[in-house]
Amino acid sequence: MDHFTPVSALVGGMLIGGSAALILILNGRVAGISGILGGLLPPSRGDVSWRIAFLAGLLLAPVIYRAFGGAIPPITVEASVPVLAIAGFLVGFGTRLGAGCTSGHGVCGVGRGSPRSIVATAVFTATAIVTVLVTRHLLGA
Amino acid sequence: MAIILSAFASGLIFGLGLVISQMINPAKVLAFLDIFGRWDPSLAFVMGGAVAVSALGYAYSRSRGAPVLAPRLDVPSRRDVDPRLLTGAAIFGLGWGLVGLCPGPALVDLVAGPWTIFVFVTAMVAGLLLARISLPSGPPQQLLGETAPAADG
Repeated sequence: MDHFTPVSALVGGMLIGGSAALILILNGRVAGISGILGGLLPPSRGDVSWRIAFLAGLLLAPVIYRAFGGAIPPITVEASVPVLAIAGFLVGFGTRLGAGCTSGHGVCGVGRGSPRSIVATAVFTATAIVTVLVTRHLLGA
Repeated sequence: MAIILSAFASGLIFGLGLVISQMINPAKVLAFLDIFGRWDPSLAFVMGGAVAVSALGYAYSRSRGAPVLAPRLDVPSRRDVDPRLLTGAAIFGLGWGLVGLCPGPALVDLVAGPWTIFVFVTAMVAGLLLARISLPSGPPQQLLGETAPAADG
């Protein structure tokens, strides 16, 4: 397991949890990315600026990290363009239908002990594991 | 204004966490999901750290009552597991497993990743919009506060 990076994973994870704690304690909001983005599609009056501010911070993170001398890790996208389009659509549709993603259900909802989020996280993780099993080991190679 | 700054700071810290943990790399996420291959457990450590701190934050926010900058906590309190939740999670999991990207890393990779990420994010926005347009809005959430957020997260 030469590619296993427990320390940076734990530190990064704690930052993600810290971000969720911060926006909950200060603004009373859930740090769910699909929810924050989806709330702008379409935007509703008086509920726009904090969402844009959050997303701006998210998008600027790699720029600021690099500006302070951090090295951006490699970003390897193995999927073809048609697969990216299909998968993107499924992620958008599914997170809206299921009311959350890895952050909203996985980090925030599980952190609250929400039964809905615990079940959703188990389901999307299991489905993703089966998807990788099928595409990599049964269909591919 | 303070509420905008705190949202910006939260987004920035979230993004830094994704960069440092390398969760912006779809190959690393797929290596976690590939439990029958060369398994990389890193994502479990990311989730463990994130859930632990997020749970502490939730416990503190509940003990405080109202948030610092807002009148109430906008946190869903619905507890029932319905078919819609299960179907949505399964569809999301399928898309996640195909590429290794979920919404947060996809957005960060718009800035840090290759151009093909635009294809993913454009399709993701289309999926979010289509779901919003085509699906009836779910039963209203019983909330800790008064206004209903559209999502659990």
